[in-house]
Amino acid sequence: MIPALFVFAYLAIVVYIGVFAFRRSKGQGAEDFFLANRSLGTFVFLLSLFGTNMTAVAILGSSGNAFTNGIVTYGLMASSSGLVIPLTIFLIGTRVWVLGKKYGFITPVQIFRDRWECSHIGTVIFAVQAVLLVPYIIIGIMGGGTTLSAISGGLVPFWLGGAVVAAVVMTYVFFGGMRGTAWVNTFQTILFLVFGVIAIGVIGAGMGGFSGAVESLGSAPATSWLLTRERISPYYFFSYTFIPLSAIAFPHILIFCLTAKRMVQFKKTVIFYPLCILLIWSPCVFLGVMANRVSDVPEIRAKQEARRTLATQGPRLEPAQRDELRERASGDDVILLLLHRYAPLWLAGILGAGIMAAVMASDSQILALSTMFTEDVFAFYGGRRRFGESAQVQTGRIFVILLTVLAYFVALRAPETIFEIAIQYAFSGFAAMSPLMIAALFWRGSTKWGALASTVWVALAVAFVALFQQTVPAPPPGPPAVFWSVGGTEVLARTPSGTSVFGFLPVVPMVLVSALLMLLVSKLTAKPSAATVEKYFSR
Amino acid sequence: MKRALLVLAVAALYVLHQDFWFWRTSRPLVLGVVPIGLFYHACYSVAASLLMWLLVRHAWPHYLEREVERLDAEGAEGGDES
Repeated sequence: MIPALFVFAYLAIVVYIGVFAFRRSKGQGAEDFFLANRSLGTFVFLLSLFGTNMTAVAILGSSGNAFTNGIVTYGLMASSSGLVIPLTIFLIGTRVWVLGKKYGFITPVQIFRDRWECSHIGTVIFAVQAVLLVPYIIIGIMGGGTTLSAISGGLVPFWLGGAVVAAVVMTYVFFGGMRGTAWVNTFQTILFLVFGVIAIGVIGAGMGGFSGAVESLGSAPATSWLLTRERISPYYFFSYTFIPLSAIAFPHILIFCLTAKRMVQFKKTVIFYPLCILLIWSPCVFLGVMANRVSDVPEIRAKQEARRTLATQGPRLEPAQRDELRERASGDDVILLLLHRYAPLWLAGILGAGIMAAVMASDSQILALSTMFTEDVFAFYGGRRRFGESAQVQTGRIFVILLTVLAYFVALRAPETIFEIAIQYAFSGFAAMSPLMIAALFWRGSTKWGALASTVWVALAVAFVALFQQTVPAPPPGPPAVFWSVGGTEVLARTPSGTSVFGFLPVVPMVLVSALLMLLVSKLTAKPSAATVEKYFSR
Repeated sequence: MKRALLVLAVAALYVLHQDFWFWRTSRPLVLGVVPIGLFYHACYSVAASLLMWLLVRHAWPHYLEREVERLDAEGAEGGDES
């Protein structure tokens, strides 16, 4: 229960930060609530932008994935992100910031509407972005409930843990708006950067050093592959370099880009971003792999056992039995279990709070959805004109409450796997939305019809993949189950962990077709007026 | 020329992500614990940071910055007048 007390202390601190931010911004308008008055300095901008991207996936997901798949996890998710995300912030984030400063834009849809002279197409883009973002909020609350329950040793039940997390996030977003969210994210990032490194040392010492563990993992045929990528297809590995394109298409990241006080603040952010990734992901991945050598934690042993059963008896089992074994073998909580076993209580508490911080990254998404709703729907369809700016901020706050309460009740009732799939393909979906902003900023010839074609394609493709994975059961570990082939060439297949198209992850065709549609449809349709094009391309 | 070199550097680093040469081996273990494939990708993150430094130093869009500064100055002048 002592670690849980640290977590509660942490939750109290973040609520206080939200209320403090509220006092700082009292009486200010919509731009202050939604964008912290475009006034964030270098340090807060770097750490909060990075913290915004640090979801449960970065901490629990990375160590869990490394537990199951080995060191490849870092190459798949971290190193490619370290190149692509800062590059897109450098190329796109800076330009979006300038447009926001010049024309007062607060959301990406406002830019699209202005750039392509459209109204309802902007609403379609808003709707698709919102649908892809909502599962994050739900999974954040689920993660909070699970983490608090695990850290308290079951004393705090899932429903109460989820409710506490939802209430805390709602409170500091409600009061603090963007300023509160940015300060909380900064605090969270510092907490994890500092204590993540300490965790490596403490767990390493507890395990009697890592060199013996690495040697025995490498020498046993059953585990040696965890230290290489021999079981990973090069196509699969390559596909993952497309996923980080999603970062700059996420509305909460683009909106965050508008909060910098000066453009020069992007410089340190893009330079230090890959190093922050290295500092946070490498300990998580390494510890996830090392968990495979742990034999004195019954929960971890049960996971290893489930994985062995799946590998040896998988082909003879029913799909439902395989799914159950997969769930039992899932390593999302291994880092929590390692802390529980090897760290002293006070450190486990602080690190638990750090993990909680990452799990609670749904704050930015809640605020982004609230911003998008009030700007792209409420204000766009006349709400601000009729009721004033103060009513717009209040609408934003009410939306925060409604969204959090709705997400909480859905989180209590829905099976987690549905949202895992949704999130898995939300990354692909947002990556496939990236051609929209690239075309808007860098191609004079792009049109609203091209944007609509790309958006509709993304929505259909995400729905298809989610449906495909729900209806076609995953095969046992090993080669994929080919669903459709042409002339001996595998076109569509169900893999143990998802779907493949021509051997690639679906994100590859999704991005390529989205870009192609933007190109072809724009070529065939009328361009915006010369004045609008000049507004964006004059130097 | 400088711009072309930077584009080439970005493309080269993107290609270097696909390190097939360390695909099937874990050795040598760097510092006795880090498999070479993981070490390579940790170094890749450092290389990405260095590349970003080069981009910031040699390809920073100063014209955008100047545009905003000009607008800010115009806004301040307008404020002074009123």
